[in-house]
Amino acid sequence: MSQADLLDQDPVFQLKGSMLAVTILELVHNDLERLDRQLAEKVAQAPGLFQNTPLVLGLDKLPAVETAFDLTELMAVCRRHGLRTLAVRTAREQDVAAANALDLPILPPSGARERAIELAPAQSKPAAKPPEPARATSKIIRTPVRGGQQIYAAGGDLIVLAPVSAGAELLADGNIHVYGPLRGRALAGVKGDSAAAVFCQSLNAELVSIAGVYKVAEDLRRLPHWGKSVHVSLSDEMLNIHLL
Amino acid sequence: MAKILVVTSGKGGVGKTTTSAAIGTGLAMRGYKTVIVDFDVGLRNLDLIMGCERRVVYDFVNVINGEASLNQALIKDKRIENLSILAASQTRDKDALTTEGVEKVLDELRQNFDYIVCDSPAGIEKGAYLAMYFADEAIVVTNPEVSSVRDSDRMLGLLASKSRRAEKGEESVKEHLLLTRYNPERVIKGEMLSVTDVEEILAIRLLGVIPESQAVLKASNQGIPVILDDISDAGQAYSDAVDRLLGKDVAHRFLEVQKKGLLQRFFGGRE
Ligand SMILES: Nc1ncnc2c1ncn2[C@@H]1O[C@H](COP(=O)(O)OP(=O)(O)O)[C@@H](O)[C@H]1O
Ligand SMILES: [Mg+2]
Repeated sequence: MSQADLLDQDPVFQLKGSMLAVTILELVHNDLERLDRQLAEKVAQAPGLFQNTPLVLGLDKLPAVETAFDLTELMAVCRRHGLRTLAVRTAREQDVAAANALDLPILPPSGARERAIELAPAQSKPAAKPPEPARATSKIIRTPVRGGQQIYAAGGDLIVLAPVSAGAELLADGNIHVYGPLRGRALAGVKGDSAAAVFCQSLNAELVSIAGVYKVAEDLRRLPHWGKSVHVSLSDEMLNIHLL
Repeated sequence: MAKILVVTSGKGGVGKTTTSAAIGTGLAMRGYKTVIVDFDVGLRNLDLIMGCERRVVYDFVNVINGEASLNQALIKDKRIENLSILAASQTRDKDALTTEGVEKVLDELRQNFDYIVCDSPAGIEKGAYLAMYFADEAIVVTNPEVSSVRDSDRMLGLLASKSRRAEKGEESVKEHLLLTRYNPERVIKGEMLSVTDVEEILAIRLLGVIPESQAVLKASNQGIPVILDDISDAGQAYSDAVDRLLGKDVAHRFLEVQKKGLLQRFFGGRE
């Protein structure tokens, strides 16, 4: 290698952090024969399930009393079924020794990292549990709602990604969104939620109602909002219509 | 695999039977083994339009009731080789059609035909329901007027929710819009909806536009499907529609007011 090369400050690498999705095989019994058989069954059900799939071997769930075992043999079993061991997750002394002997990286046992994060002072409060799935109760309709059809979203929002024909009726305990022309009837907040709203891409409705307060086509047609993209809400027992 | 095609509309008198006869004939002329089935029990007229009314011995209901075999009831068209007709009964009431009966007959027809064209009666009652229930594809016949568009819209709702495909959660019935009795002059005067208006309201693929034409009445009086009148505007428009149904990309014609021919301008022309 020449002198010039050694002095060159141009970086030859970059360090990047990343979240790698990796399969973890958590061993709960030290029984390599059964493992071999059960892996074979899994692969038979879904051929091609594992193809040189990177793997972390989780040994931290093994009962402490379980006899020591052959890490080399365990890796061989995994490899036979298409799983390539990247690292071992363990804290047991004899396993750490075995992994070191094979020059295999060692990861802390599962749960250990979470605890470490909790202890870190810089860390803000752990992310709260995902909020109650309010969205799970909203109903999404992707095909046109035709005259004579009625759709009700109980306990949530109704989202329509298609035109709503004259003679069709949309009902929701929550909001109604129509990404298309609204030519039929839309009744939001049918159980009395006055904070509910109606959104549509083109207001051509026969009727719009929020918590029982409504306007019919004859009223709507006179407004400059007719045929436009609007947001309809309720305040002081009056329907407010705003252009979007 | 045989395809079941329903010609439907909701509204009566829009041109369903005219269309069933024309499209069925067009498919057969292109080499597909085709049968046109009249579901309008009590008001049969497909056989009249096809010019085979005198050859009807057994009908659809006879086959359902086991009074005749399908072979006995099928009428082979005299002009077109691959074409057959299954007539409706003139005497029975609509309840003569049952879901199981219709399914049995359609299953048997599937064995021997490429296309089964079901001519639906008007309305959204039993006969119309059974005509569309088993369909793979639907031609929704619509006239350019508000009430017809409304009825077609309702029918599209039924196809999307009450057909067998919808009930079984299979791929939905393929929908085609056929605008018939289209009169560009009246569209310009604002007396009729335009193609764009109707397409926008129904939001389905446009299979064709059939102009209002003297040729239709003339053909039906003679018992000849209008598609066989290949110099007429309506005949050509139906021909294009059949090509599009088979996946060909054909430009739409007869959408604009026709320029008057030289002779018409000299002798018959207004203005
Ligand atoms: N394109 C057209 N131009 C002129 N008249 C038509 C056209 N299509 C249908 N008609 C006429 O309209 C009437 C109803 O047609 P028909 O096919 O029997 O309708 P349906 O089966 O929907 O009741 C018939 O008299 C027919 O000749
Ligand atoms: Mg008819």
